[in-house]
Order: sequence, then structure tokens, then C-alpha cells
Amino acid sequence: MIRISKRLELPPYLQWLIRASSIIFALIIMSVFLLALGHNPIKVYSAMVTGSFGTFFRFRKTIELMIPLSITALGILVAFKMKFWNIGAEGQILMGAFAATFFALKFAYLPRPLLLILMAIGGSLIGGLWALIPAFFKVKYATNETLFTLMLNYIAIKWIIYLQYGPWKDPQQAGFPKIPDFSVNATLPTLGGIHVGWLILIALVIIAHIVMNKTKFGFEIAVIGESKNTAKYAGMSVNKVILSTLFISGALGGLVGMMQTSGVHGTLSTSITGGIGYTAIIVTWLAHVKVHLIPVIGLLFAVLIQGAFFIQTAFQIPHSVADILQGMILFSALGSEFFINYRLHLVKNRRAKRVVK
Amino acid sequence: MNKVIELKGIVKKFGTVYANDQISFDLSVGEVHALLGENGAGKSSLMNVLAGVYQPDDGEIIMNGERVTIPSPRHSIDMGIGMIHQHFKLVESHTVLENMIAGVKSRLFINYKKLGKELTELSQRYGLQINPFSELNMLSVAEKQRVEILKVLYRGAKILILDEPTAVLTPQETARLFDIINSLKSDGHSIIFISHKLDEVIEISDRITVLRKGKHIDTLKNEHLSPRSLTNKMVGKAVELKIERTKTDYQDILLEVNNLFVFRPDNSQALKGLTFKLKQGEILGVAGVAGSGQKELCEAIAGLQDKITGEILFKSENICGKSPRDIINLGISMSFVPEDRLGMGLVAGMDLVDNVLLKAYLKQPGIFVNRQEAQKEALNLIEKLNIDTPSVHTKVSKLSGGNIQKVLLGREIELQPELIITAYPARGLDIGSAHKIYDLLNEQKIKGNGIIFIGEDLDVLLKIADKIMVLCDGEVTGIVDPDLVTREDLGYMMAGKKLERGEVG
Repeated sequence: MIRISKRLELPPYLQWLIRASSIIFALIIMSVFLLALGHNPIKVYSAMVTGSFGTFFRFRKTIELMIPLSITALGILVAFKMKFWNIGAEGQILMGAFAATFFALKFAYLPRPLLLILMAIGGSLIGGLWALIPAFFKVKYATNETLFTLMLNYIAIKWIIYLQYGPWKDPQQAGFPKIPDFSVNATLPTLGGIHVGWLILIALVIIAHIVMNKTKFGFEIAVIGESKNTAKYAGMSVNKVILSTLFISGALGGLVGMMQTSGVHGTLSTSITGGIGYTAIIVTWLAHVKVHLIPVIGLLFAVLIQGAFFIQTAFQIPHSVADILQGMILFSALGSEFFINYRLHLVKNRRAKRVVK
Repeated sequence: MNKVIELKGIVKKFGTVYANDQISFDLSVGEVHALLGENGAGKSSLMNVLAGVYQPDDGEIIMNGERVTIPSPRHSIDMGIGMIHQHFKLVESHTVLENMIAGVKSRLFINYKKLGKELTELSQRYGLQINPFSELNMLSVAEKQRVEILKVLYRGAKILILDEPTAVLTPQETARLFDIINSLKSDGHSIIFISHKLDEVIEISDRITVLRKGKHIDTLKNEHLSPRSLTNKMVGKAVELKIERTKTDYQDILLEVNNLFVFRPDNSQALKGLTFKLKQGEILGVAGVAGSGQKELCEAIAGLQDKITGEILFKSENICGKSPRDIINLGISMSFVPEDRLGMGLVAGMDLVDNVLLKAYLKQPGIFVNRQEAQKEALNLIEKLNIDTPSVHTKVSKLSGGNIQKVLLGREIELQPELIITAYPARGLDIGSAHKIYDLLNEQKIKGNGIIFIGEDLDVLLKIADKIMVLCDGEVTGIVDPDLVTREDLGYMMAGKKLERGEVG
């Protein structure tokens, strides 16, 4: 018989050892699968790494994935820290991208710095407001934020598609439904060959770390996450904090939307997110809702995604295999938490006997 | 006499802590055997071994002469062991009868009529007086307890374990419970009675086993025992069980509550027009059966109840309906030790430092929190109240109940507030720590601060309070002078009867 009992707290190095081995475990299980497909797993894994870092172009692609993943994850983190399950980052990104595109298309004549700032502010603002909707209903009517944020994603997606097929359709595309490309003025400049989003990411990580760990606001978010009753008891304005936090959460998503349109794609379409809004949830979770781990896990997932693109062409391995690997890593990483919190005992049953009266 | 159960050398460890260290215990047929000990002495762990909830790390369980293991609660029930937990395990919206059959393997169809008859008979036999068709939420706490007893009897229990059954009862209800226990006993049932109240244990039990810090101290026949000698065994040293009531000369009214109504979320009345005054340097004891409106009273004053009407005048400033934030902004310093320690008073997942910070951070300047300050205060609390914790960075959820309690009480009292509202401050504390808390409260009183003391132990209330307000079902049955009333009087008032004397208004 196996019995499960709660562990005392493990020392941190052991915890991380268990987590690291869970990823290795996922890679090993995946190897079996790759072998079954007729590939050498070691070659595939190393190709994923060279595919992500082998040339500057690949490196740029990887970083361009890491930036939106990490910033979106930061946005999700502030909400998750408060146990507000915002899974609407996808929609917040798209709405931010919509606002940025609005300025890019309608104010293309403005000087570049001014236009970019307008796009960034507009994107953040609309992204924030989009997240504020479920927050308002949660505060006012105690609605379920998980469903609410998720549903808003679909509205955002359809809204972008509507714009693409309707009012914002590029007349020069001869009927092909596409929103026009941005002018140079509306394009994010590069620094060291990669769009300046990486600088913004570094700044945001530092700011987020300070806000979450050192400020009263961060403390309030953490307390509300633990218990709203306690927060009220301690004199916090719970609703105000929830609303501001969600605005920030959505604004970060909106900013990502702006950066994806302006820095990467140069136009707006529903494909600018590439599922980042969902993958970032995994990133946040695997980073244990801790700011300093977000860029690390963000990079790991960027490598997974970018590496998957590479092996797809190099080995003709379907891209969905990479999705399976992602799922595998998530599965075993989350599963490993069980072994961090609980112990298994094998119990030898000593003459178990039931008394019959 | 025949032994139904023998526990030999039971060891139960949680990590490195021994909850039970080589404990032996036995129970004879038709016996009431009391398990006496302070909180954390290992009573509950030992009984959870019998109930199949915990597996012992070592030791033997012998039932009717045969060695057994009890791998699950289900096995325990099948073996005829019935545990009545402190917190009832009943479905509120169901009838008594439905609660009886929930979880019992039964046939596809239920003959309600026949079952109802059986239950009524069983109930009458032991004087439980329970109608199997009444809905649970219509019953009083004492009746629910009797439903729990009926439930284990219905499931065939011959051994009943009662975990602190009197904690939720008035003295009169306790007497009634004892009648039931005696009739069960004379019918051949065996009873384990867990308590830390000495008088009750001496009144009801045949034998008494004293546990202390996980160890078996003594098993005594209940003959010529005095509460004092038992206390000494329980605590391990001769203790002075004296609570001082210090006299103060303050005359100013600190808090005045007029016609206070509090409504529950379903709009039913939790408090029905409360009116009372609290002077500076005064302790107002509040007595009442659990759930008589104590929680709502505390929360209403602390600003945590939304639906309230009436007046709450703090030094003639009306704070009725104001949020805790508003109250802080008015410059009122008020402390509140809520009954729900981890759900309200503390953040379970945070360490001592952050929990101290919780009450200090709003007053710190700037946008940053100052954890150094909080850490110093946390260290101060650990030293002052002997809090047993690995470090200031330990999550409070990892501490024992008594230590959690000390963190909360310590933080609230150290704030030097003008008004302290404290719900069951001594719950979960050993006698020594409880008295330390009483001393700290008295110290605050001498400084001219007012204290509302929600109590459950009437003897303590009678000793420490300057006046006692008795609540019954959200109404004040009287505010009395503790020198002029007895615990029985308080019991009558808790049941809703007015008293003619001792009233101080």
C-alpha cells in the first residue's frame, strides 16, 4: 500500500533539483517518442539549440519571441499574484495592437518618436481597459474572471478580423483582406539588430521586481492574493487595488501588442500573438509567479518554440511535436510540485485484520 | 473489566515533532475515560489514530484482545468506533435522517418511514430527543451535537469519542449531555471524553488519562481528585491559577454602541439592536453560545460588516459603516483579534515579518515598505511571548495553533491601541501562555485602553471582566456585574432568560 503524507519544507536547492530533473524527465520521455518517429533525440535536441542560437538571425528570432512572452508573463504575474486568474492576455495583446495600429494608420504623418510614444500609450491604455472590464464585474458582481477573461479573447479576435475584412482593409491589396503595412515612422527602431523591446523588457523586469517585492502596492497585491478578508482587515482598499492591478496587467499585454505590430510584424492581424497570451500563462506558472524567473523561463520557451521551427525544416518533424514537448515539460514540471510537497511511503501491511463483531 | 481497546506505545511523528510519544491508553466496557491535556498535548492525534485518520509510526492497537490496524476512517467505523468531532460533519440543508444515511452503503431504495421510526426509537432510548425529519439548519448547536451522537450510534458505534464536546455548550446543555453520556454508559457503550476543563472531567469520568507534550503522564481513577492536582499534572508544574481584576478610575466613555443591527448576506438579523457602553480602562466580557452574534459584533466595530445600521460612537465619533481604512484615517487606533486567525487576522502563506508588516505598513512613510522595522518587531514578539518558530521568515501556517495565536495577539496588543477587540484570546494556548495574555490585557487596561473580550470560558470571564454582556441569538439578555452573578446565571442568560439581579446596564 502506498501512503501519501505532507512534507516539511524542503531546502530550496533540493526543490530546484526536483524541478530541474522534471524537465530532464520530460526530455527523456520525449526521446522515446522521437525514437519511435525514427529520429535521434540527441541530434534533435541539439538542433533545437543551434536552431535558436546558431546564427544571429536565429538568435534574433529567439529573442523576438522571448520579449513578448516575458512581458506578457509579467502582466499575467501581477494578476496571478493576486489570485486573479487573468487568462485574457491574448485579447489584451490584440486590443493593444488594435490601438497602436489605429495611431499607426491614422497619424502616420507624425514624427517617429511622437508616433511611437502615442502608439505605446494607446496600446497600453486600451489593453488595460480591456482587462478592467472583467475586473470591474468581478469587484461589482463577483463574476468568474477565468471565464470572463477567456471569452473576451474571442471578442478581441473577431474584432481584429472584422477590421481586417472591413474598415481597415488595404485597398491596394486587390481584394486580399489585409490591414496596410506600417510606415517607417510607426516601426520600432532596432538596437544591436533587435527591436528595442529587449531594453523595455529589462527595464520592466527591474521595475516589476521592485514593485512586487518592495512597495506597499506590491505588498497589498500579495495580501489580497492570500486572503481578501485579511486585506480588508488590515485596512486595504481591496477593490481599488484589484482594479489598478488588472489595469496594469492588461496594459502590459497591450504594450506587447504594440511591440508585436510595430517591431515584428509591421502590420496588424490575429497572428501577431502566435498564442503568446496562452504560452505566457505557462511561463508565469513555471516561474512560480516570481518576477526574476520570468525572463529565464521566457527564454526557455522561446528556445522551445524557435527550436521547433528549426527542426521542422531540418528534420521534417511536424511542429506539433514541439507542442507535445511543451506540454510534456509543463506536465512534469507541474507534477514535480507534488513530490516537493508530499512524500510517498511504501507501507508494509502488518497483518491488517478487520474485527468482525 | 473487559478492555475494548488497548493502545500500546503509540508513536506518531510529524516530521521531527512527536505528537504522540509512546502513549498507552485503554478503555473498558461501560466506562467513561477522559483524556485530559492542554492544547497540543496530543489528545487529538491519539484519537485520530483510533479514527483511522492517522497511521501510527509505532505501537499496537488491540481491540477485544486482537491486534488490529485501522487503515482508514471507514475501517474505524466498521469496527464500532464513532468519533464526534468538535466541528460537526453534517450537511446543513439536509434533514437529520438524510444525514444519517449519507455515506452509509445502503440499498437502492430507502424506506424513510421505517428508518424514521428506528431513529426515533434510538433517540428516545438515550434521551437524545431528536426528530429525524427536522432540517439541520433549524437545530441549535446542542441539538446538532446530539445528531452527531445519533449518527455514530446508528452506524453501530460501541465506542464513542467526544472531542471537546462542551466547548460549544451552555452549562445547562452540558449537564444534559452528561445525562446522555451516563445513559449510553449504562447501556454498555464506552466513551472517551476529551477535554481540558477540569471540573467537567472530574464530574463525568471514571478514569482520567493526562497527556502532556505528547507524553503519557498518568492514568488515575477518579476518586478524591482535585482540580489543582490535575492541573499540575497537565501543566507539569505547580501553577498559580489566579486572574487579577485590576481596578481603574477612568470615567470617560470610550465606545458607545446604540441600537446596532447587523444583517447577514441573506438579510437575516445577526445582531438585533445592541446597545452598550465601554469605559476607558475597562474590560467588557461578552458571553454567549457560539454563533450568538459575537463575530458580527466584533466585525461591525472593526468596520468589516457591510450591512449595518445604528450608531457606533468611538469617543463620540460615529464609525458605524466605516471601513477599516476609514477608521485608520480618522486616527483611531483599534486592534482586533478575530476568531478566524488565519482567514482574517494573519496571512497564512506569509512569514512573521510580513504578518507584522500587515498592521504597520500603512503608517510607514513613502511608497516602499520597511521590512527591517517589521523584522525588529517580530523578533521582539518572539522573545516577549516565547513564540516557538524556526525563524522570523517561517510562514505562519507552519506554526502550531498556539504560536499562531501568540503572533496575532502579540501584534495587536503591541500596537498600543485605545480599543482592543479580542475574540477568544486564550483559545489554543496552554495555561501559562493564556495567563500571560490576561496579564498583557490587564496592562493595557491600566493604561486606560478599553477591551472587548469575547470569551467562552465563563470562569475566566467572571474573573477578568469588569462587566459581562450576555448575548443570545443576536440580542443582549443582560449586562451584569461579574461579582453578583454565578456561572449558572450566565448559562441561563445565554439561553435567553433575563436575570433580575446584577444588571449594570
